[in-house]
Parts: sequence; structure tokens; C-alpha cells
Amino acid sequence: MIVEFKLNGEDVKVETGLAMRLLDVIRNDFDLKGTKEGCAEGECGACIVFLDGMIVNSCMMPMNNVIGKEVVTIEGFSKTERYKEIEKAFMVEGAVQCGFCTPGMVMATEGLLKLGISLTEEDIKVGLSGNICRSTGYEAIYRAVRKLTQEVVLND
Amino acid sequence: MKITDRINRVDGVEKINGTARYIEDIKFENLHYGRTLRSEISKGRIKCIKYPQLPENLWVIDANDTFINQVAMITTDMPIFADGYVNYKGEPIALIAGKDKNEIIRFMKNIEIEYEEEEGIFDFGSGDNIFSEQEYTKGDLETLEYDKVFEKSYSTGYQEQLYMEKQGLVGDFSDGRLIIYGSMQCPYYIKNALIHSTGLADHDIRVIQSETGGAFGGKEEYPSLLACQVAAASMKIGAPVRLIFDRREDIVFTTKRHPSKTLVKTYLKDHRIVGMEFDFGIDAGPYLGLSDVVLQRGILSLTGCYLIENLRVKGTTYKTNNIFTGAFRGFGAPQTLFALEQHMNQLANHLGYDPLEFRRPYFVKRGDISSTSGIYNEEIKLDEMADRLAEMAGYDKLKEEMGSYRGIGISFIPHGGGFTGDGEAEHIKSVVKLKKDTDKNIHILVSSVEMGQGAKTVLSKIVASVLDIEIDRIIYENPDTLLVPDSGPTVASRTTMVVGGLLYKAALRLKDSMESDVEIEIVENYKQPDYVKWDQENLRGNAYMSYSWSAVLAVVEVDPLTLEITCKDIYAVYDVGMPMDEKTFIGQVHGGIAQGLGYAMLEVMTTKDGLIEHNSFSSYTVPTIVDMPRMHTDWILNPYKEGPYGAKAAGELTLVGVAPAIASAVENAMDIEIKELPVTSENILKELLI
Ligand code: FES
Repeated sequence: MIVEFKLNGEDVKVETGLAMRLLDVIRNDFDLKGTKEGCAEGECGACIVFLDGMIVNSCMMPMNNVIGKEVVTIEGFSKTERYKEIEKAFMVEGAVQCGFCTPGMVMATEGLLKLGISLTEEDIKVGLSGNICRSTGYEAIYRAVRKLTQEVVLND
Repeated sequence: MKITDRINRVDGVEKINGTARYIEDIKFENLHYGRTLRSEISKGRIKCIKYPQLPENLWVIDANDTFINQVAMITTDMPIFADGYVNYKGEPIALIAGKDKNEIIRFMKNIEIEYEEEEGIFDFGSGDNIFSEQEYTKGDLETLEYDKVFEKSYSTGYQEQLYMEKQGLVGDFSDGRLIIYGSMQCPYYIKNALIHSTGLADHDIRVIQSETGGAFGGKEEYPSLLACQVAAASMKIGAPVRLIFDRREDIVFTTKRHPSKTLVKTYLKDHRIVGMEFDFGIDAGPYLGLSDVVLQRGILSLTGCYLIENLRVKGTTYKTNNIFTGAFRGFGAPQTLFALEQHMNQLANHLGYDPLEFRRPYFVKRGDISSTSGIYNEEIKLDEMADRLAEMAGYDKLKEEMGSYRGIGISFIPHGGGFTGDGEAEHIKSVVKLKKDTDKNIHILVSSVEMGQGAKTVLSKIVASVLDIEIDRIIYENPDTLLVPDSGPTVASRTTMVVGGLLYKAALRLKDSMESDVEIEIVENYKQPDYVKWDQENLRGNAYMSYSWSAVLAVVEVDPLTLEITCKDIYAVYDVGMPMDEKTFIGQVHGGIAQGLGYAMLEVMTTKDGLIEHNSFSSYTVPTIVDMPRMHTDWILNPYKEGPYGAKAAGELTLVGVAPAIASAVENAMDIEIKELPVTSENILKELLI
């Protein structure tokens, strides 16, 4: 059937099944390859996108739940000012290695920053605990996000 | 620029914004998908395979479609497709390929295989089913005078690399030429395997690495198997064929770290170690692959940081019908050094010494005779590292604070950089090229891949620093065997030290011609340092050209009720010669600590009748951010003469020392002996009940 939703700011239509995964639709029907499949069971966070502003694992999201909603992928988010701050913090802290977890990690980071409140170490860690990174040992990611949460909260 | 400058990764931005292209992201015209038909039994003869009527657009590719049905790794004992006989559950029998994934799956549901099943072998170490053996001795254990023997056995389990990007390759054969694209560590291993399996000429095969989302050894030899399969498929169909595993397949059927058993026997006289004996065995699975090489690195590391005068070391690989095991960061050393370091710890406790002070008198020094009777050529600063570690951690105070359910443990670890013995000169024969184009940009032409470890950043930085130019004038594309020489595989912590060393020399030669307007190409070939002497037959001489070192201290807490272990702190001091890029090096350190922590206490992986039971992210638990301890790390400077700017190996070292330190800390916390990895609440309970 035809599913209509908003993708990175544009109204889109796609012929698909209601049980199809959002992940496959964005990757294959819309050719947006920045969202990755890591585990396909909602455990690793590599496929995180925003659905109506909330972070979700797109591998666990059937198209049925996307009808009429707004989806933002890394391709959409990377056009924003906020993304640039995240990119800079990730670069400076060395929070990326093989990069496969990174777009998902960026989206999870924005999920935290959006809260707009000051976060404790534990808040940050719990907030990122749904994202597996096998390369970095998380320390650089943690530092980048801590710095961002401090700066963003101060700025807002 | 200068080598000491602080820089950002050269490949960071496209990975952060999601535009980096991994194999699953790349489009191919007329792409066919492959899916693997696998054995459902562990051992036996295939009596017949009943395929349903084959639709026009589906293909079955099996042993008959290969030119030579062997995957050339170091050995050639593994078939590309099982041919009438299977040796493990999940062994590939055929590839089913077509353009419609659903049609492939429907077709595969109706395939019936009849087997004549045989009894599989799933245990190892009893002395039966030996694949290969290696032995060496030093001094004389026969006539040794001793007053006591201290003997313990240790074992370790599987570990899965769990790179975030699954295995994946595309084979594209057209007009008599084959191109392989994909996620890999060793483009030339794949190329050589294809020359062997396809019968195509060298110049008709090309291997191109795509962005690689982590590897950790898991994409060292295993992709050679997949390359042979997609090559056969593409040559049959005449269209590109893509094989990307799903996560369960990737966890269950690709190579793992070898399970091991180690017997350690120490001969003591007047409370001093006068001799040691080791018997190390690993489960290779049904094919030898790299296992004999893993065994070798394991046994050559066995005396660790200590000078042991009299020694007998034996290593054995065992053939089983379990999953095929292979390369994983550390390559045999995490197993043997866990055994050694636990043993040293237990010995210190047994004799009533402080574990740190007990180790010191045995620390090796420059000029000492190594376990393989070579001479340690370089400055070794273990005492200084021990001092630094004790100071950083506040060792004496920390010791006093420890009590029930809180403990500390330490480890001291060497890691030899590059291939064993004269392997770099005899087998690898690394070649690098540097090209200055007419725009005065510099192209690094090597087969070393970026897989997350930072090769592109570090090698570019070395070249830019020698030439004293900005790093953005360095161009280092993912290797394509058509364009780059064989600088060897991206393994064995050799990239910075060996390949970087060659690039350093090439850049020095190029430096004087930087002003010229013409294109210039510099080729540099590996030359073994003069002091390296190695007798591979008898495993005698300099087992490695240089060693890196780590000193690690772990602090753990155990929950009194649930016995759940939390690693609170890791203190670590490293000697990697000179780190080439601090941020990259620290990234390796933190990543290595995370994987070491997983190996130590989280990553439980068991099998039933040869099949891995922990087959998903939810059942195989690797560290998340909340599992990470506070990490306090430092390094000493100890430049290595033959390395670029004094660099030695770094990548693997950072993993190896973590598990023994954590295991010793649990011993300290619970007043028990840990002889098995991973350390879990169940293991602690078992020990408490003894
Ligand atoms: S950077 Fe490789 S998995 Fe996170």
C-alpha cells in the first residue's frame, strides 16, 4: 500500500508493506544510507532515527507506525546547526573510529541534548547505553557528549 | 606539520555525517544477492541434496563451480563449499543467488539434505585429534634442582569480534576480469586466495576495500572464504553478487578467538622461580587455517615480561567439529598471558609476596636471553612502568583499602610487533609506494586498510611530518590492488611500525624532490633489521623484532548478594615506543580496554553440539557505556630505533593485559582462585562452594 509520511522535512509517499521496517524503507526506497543496520533486534542503536522527535531504532519500527509521522535521519539532521556542534565535539574528542556506530551515536546524542537540561554523568551514560560501539571504549564519546551538554545547556 | 601536532582524524567527518560508504551502502547495477546454504549437522557425509525446481532467475553455486575448491589462507585445508562431506554445523554447502531476496528464502525453505551423520568431536585437549604441535626449550629442566612445584591449569572461552559492520563482499566478474569489493583487512590475502581458487591470472583479479566498520582480526582470513564464494557465483551468473551476512550468521559461523587450556608448572627453589613448564592447547575447529600461527604467537609470549632460565613449552592445536577459530586482536597472547599472569599472581599469594614486588626481580632487561634464546635488543623499562603504575594508582594505599568484596589485580604484558621471527622478511616482503603528483599532492600507496584503528590518520601524519607539509596534501584512498603494492596484511599491530617505517624512509627520499614539477614515485622495500636472527624450524632467536609493554591495574567490586562484578577503575601504563598520534593511540587504549573487559567478565559464549548458543546482541553481551570503568592511562617514551619516529606496536597490546588484571582483582576481592575466563558470578559461586 502507499504510506505517506514526512522525511527530512519533505512530504513523501512510498509503496510498501505495513510490516516493512522503516530502516529498509529509508535505506532502499529513499537511498539514505547513513542509517546503519548493526544487530537488527533493537539492541545496538546503529539505526537510530527521529520519529516525531523521539529517537527510535528504525530496525524495530514497522511502517504501520510511521504513517503520517515525521522521520528525520542523519542525512536530514546533518544539515542543522546543532549537528555541526556535535560533529565538532566528536572530531575534537576523537569519538569516531570505524564509524559504523557513529551516525546512530550522533542521533542518540541529539536525543539527550534536546532535553535541554543539565545532565549528570549517569544521565549521559544511561542515555547512550542503547548504543553499542565496539571500537572506542566510549570514553571519547562520553567526553564529547558531556562537553556538548554543558555548552548547549549554557547556551539555551 | 610535526609528528607531535594534535590533529583530528582524517576520515572523521564522513563517518560522523553518515556519508562514508560501507559495502552495504554501495549500489551495483544488476546486483544479485547470495545466501548461504549451510550444513545442519556437525559431521558426516552428504548423501544427497534435493533442490526444488530451480526458477530461471535463481542460481545454485557449489563446489562444482569452483576451479579449485580450496580457500588458500596459510594452509589450504578449508573448502570453499563442502563437497559431499561436512565438518561443522553451519559449514557452507552452496550459495543460492538471485535478484529477489524473498524468492531466495522461499527456495531455500524447500531444500532437503540427507546426511549420513557421524559422531562429532567437541572437546579438546585430551591428547587425541591433534592438528599440529610446536615445542621449544631453554636451559635445562631435566637436571634442574628444585624444592617445590606449583602447578595450575587455566582455561578461556570463545570471544566474538563483534565488529559493528557485518562481513560483506561483492564479487563482480565481467569481460574476463574479476573485481572484489568489501569489508576486509587484507586485500592481498583475498587476491592470493582468488588466484588459487578461480584459475584467473593475477592481472585479471582486482580487490578493492570499501569502508570497513571494524574488524579486530575477524576480517583477516575469513573474508577470503567469502571472496572465493562470491567470485564463483559472479563467474557463473555473469553479474555482480553480494554476500552480506545477517547478524546471527555472523556471530555463529565466522571465526572466533580460540578457546584454550593451559597447564603451568613452576619449579621453585628457596621461594625463587628456577624453571617453568607450559602446555598450551587450543581448539582450532575443523580446519587449521591460521590456528598454527595463533598457537605460535601464544607460546612465544608465554614467559611474558619475565626472565625464566629453564623452560619447556609445548603448544597443540586440536581438530574438532566446533566452529572454525581464527584471528582476533591479540592472536593467542590473550589466552597464554591470562594463564601466565594468573599463575604469577597465585604464586605470589601462595608464597606470601606482594604481587607487584614478586614480579619485579624477574622483569626482562636489554641484553637478557629471551624464552626463545634471542637477545632482547632494545631498552626495556618495566621497572619504570611499574613505578609509574604504583604511583598513579596509589598502590600502597589502595591495597590497604581493599577488603571483602573489593579487590585489585595487576598484569604486565609484552606484545611483539609485526610478524613472528623473520616473517616480515621471509613471507610478507612489504612494499610501499609514495607518489608526488604534478600538483605536489602526495599519494600514499599501500595495502594497509583503515578499519577504525586510525591507519589513514597515522600514516598520513608520518609522511606529512617527514615532508613538513600540511596533512591535507596527503591522499590515501582505500586500497585497490590494481593501484597499490602489497605492503602486507593489516594485522599483527604492524601497520604503524612496519608500513609506517617504510613510508617514513620513502618520504625521506622524496623530500629533496618536493619542489620539482614532475610526477615522482618512490618505492621502498622491507629490509629486516640486522640484529634479527630467527630459526623457524626450532623456534630459536628473536621471536619479534621489538616489543611493546603494558602494566595494568584493575579495581573491582563484587556485589555480596548477587556476586555481580563491577570494574571500577583501570590504571594502565604503556610503552609503545613513541605514540604517533596521541588521540589515535588513546582511542586504541580505550577500545582495547573495553574489549579486554568484555573478554574478562561479560562475553560468555558457549556451544551445544558445536553450535554457538549466544547468537545475538541480546544474548552475547559486549560492554556498553555503563559497563566501562574509569580509565586512568599514561605512557612512557622509549623510542624504537627502527620504527618511524620511534614507534612500536600498539593496537593489540591494549586488550591483552585487561583480563588478567580484572581476574586477579576478583581473586583479591573474594579470596578465591580464578582459573577460567570469562569470570562470571556463576564462576565465583562455584569457587566459593569448593
Ligand atoms: S566507532 Fe566503530 S563501532 Fe563505534
